[in-house]
Amino acid sequence: MAIEVTNIVKKFGSFAALDNVDLKVADGELLALLGPSGSGKTTLLRIIAGLDWPDSGEVAIDGENALSRGASERQVGFVFQHYALFRHMTVFENVAFGLRVQPRAIRKDEATIRARVKNLLDLVQLDWLANRYPSQLSGGQRQRIALARALAIEPRILLLDEPFGALDAKVRKELRQWLRSLHNEIHVTSIFVTHDQEEALEVANRVVVMDKGKIEQIGSPGEVYDNPATAFVHGFIGESIVLPVDVAGDAVRLDGRPLNIPALGAASGAAKLFVRRHDMAVGPAGTGALEGAIRHVRSFGPIQRAEVALSGSEGKTVIEIDAPRDRELQAGEIVSLQPRRYRIFATQG
Amino acid sequence: MSTAVARRSTLPGFGLTMGLTLTWLSVIILIPLAALFLKTFELSLDQFWSIVTSRRTLNALKISFGLSFAAACVNLVMGTIIVWALVRYRFPGRRLFDAIVDIPFALPTAVAGVALTQLFAQKGWLGAPLAELGIKVAFTPIGIFIAMIFIGIPFVVRTVQPVLIDLDPEIEEAAASLGANRWHTVFRVILPSLIPALLTGFALAFARAIGEYGSVIFIAGNLPNVSEIAPLLIVIRLSEFRYADATAIAVVMLVASFLIIFLINRLQRWAQARIPVH
Repeated sequence: MAIEVTNIVKKFGSFAALDNVDLKVADGELLALLGPSGSGKTTLLRIIAGLDWPDSGEVAIDGENALSRGASERQVGFVFQHYALFRHMTVFENVAFGLRVQPRAIRKDEATIRARVKNLLDLVQLDWLANRYPSQLSGGQRQRIALARALAIEPRILLLDEPFGALDAKVRKELRQWLRSLHNEIHVTSIFVTHDQEEALEVANRVVVMDKGKIEQIGSPGEVYDNPATAFVHGFIGESIVLPVDVAGDAVRLDGRPLNIPALGAASGAAKLFVRRHDMAVGPAGTGALEGAIRHVRSFGPIQRAEVALSGSEGKTVIEIDAPRDRELQAGEIVSLQPRRYRIFATQG
Repeated sequence: MSTAVARRSTLPGFGLTMGLTLTWLSVIILIPLAALFLKTFELSLDQFWSIVTSRRTLNALKISFGLSFAAACVNLVMGTIIVWALVRYRFPGRRLFDAIVDIPFALPTAVAGVALTQLFAQKGWLGAPLAELGIKVAFTPIGIFIAMIFIGIPFVVRTVQPVLIDLDPEIEEAAASLGANRWHTVFRVILPSLIPALLTGFALAFARAIGEYGSVIFIAGNLPNVSEIAPLLIVIRLSEFRYADATAIAVVMLVASFLIIFLINRLQRWAQARIPVH
């Protein structure tokens, strides 16, 4: 089902958790809401679920106004960061809960409920845990049960709030891939909230980057990584080198010295130059836009990471670059650096 | 060598604390109780049997245990409702109500007894309108029942309150998102999670009511076989210097109380095993 969020405003006291947010989610999408804590991503998810109410704005699910209905009437599956399983019920009863509390008129008979729960436990590959209690399960297993429980009501949309946030790194990686393949299998429109960019880029079809209650960029994982729309997105997604520069016309200056790179249309005035670590080409001294002395080199896998103290800054500006290992860099060496790809964003305020 | 290492615990003081615990429990609880049992051995089995099965004793025990159970049941229901209101809603005077719950803890029981008797006497504020309806409270078993409710209520409220406060609101949100209405959420999700605490509160209120003396004797009227509680009968036997009779009744109360508490404990364990604290 498609979701359409229009002009949502939500304030907690004087703090604007959501500031005029618009978002359209297409049917069958797997969308990530990505942002630092306090960016409003969880609030947005909870408003779509009916667990929170906006001060103004509209939410439509499949064209129908959702705000006139409570959470229990929206048929929206919600998965919590800390699972929120019912501790006094077995795994089986947890998954069956949504089916057992349906209004009598549409409630399925016991055999149908049992068959459906069995199917869902098979789907999350935990049918052998049916008679256990949640406390007897590992974190990853609990989250999969929570997902099965949410899917039991045949939700029109599935919302996941930091679903892997409470799990350790290895389990998190496994569950990510598993969630992707599960989505390919069942195709329910899904939105998940995360502060982990890797998770968002790896799992989602589309990523919504949020900061301070506003949407900064919406795009495919490739788009938000390669063409960040704002300084915030560039800094938040992927590791970036950030240098304060001045733009005058098409000229860019760092610490008063011209860098011979075009300003790419950035407005004149104070600005920030963003370069990915691996987009900084290393060459012999005197051949690039920047120059510096290598202070330290660490090599791992296919790259070497060098700390370079830029010349002309009295050694105060130190940046980290990733270079391929075709030529081993040495500490103390003077090298030139040329940004292959970069973005310049005017400094705000 | 290896056993010496294995035995060393990270928590020091096992010997000291365990010794103190055993000594203390012996002096305070076990020795007095043992003395109680020893005293009953002055009686022959026949004598013992005839004392505890006499009509007056049996009626006193029935009144004590029966009314205590009924009062604990009422406290369980009303206590849970009070906890719900105190924890879940913000209303003016909430802190005051919260403090009022503790009054039965702190008030000397004789004072409570006198106050309740005044209130429910035939000309009292509540007694007069009730008398018009034909309900006599003071100096009847109903009076005992009310005194037992009075002294038991804080036990339920104070045991259930922290558990309800700690109950994760996400649980209720999860239930709502799965389509549950309020009724389902309360009866299938919230109350079952509170069962261990509810049982504890019930057991404490029940035990307190069985042992209650001060407040009950003022309002009870103390008619043998009608409104005479077992603790009062024990005091009466003592004042008649029939110490063995008194201890025989006491032993029956002790054993019965122990069995009930044990049973509730088992129930609680069973519930706890299903709802472990994580």
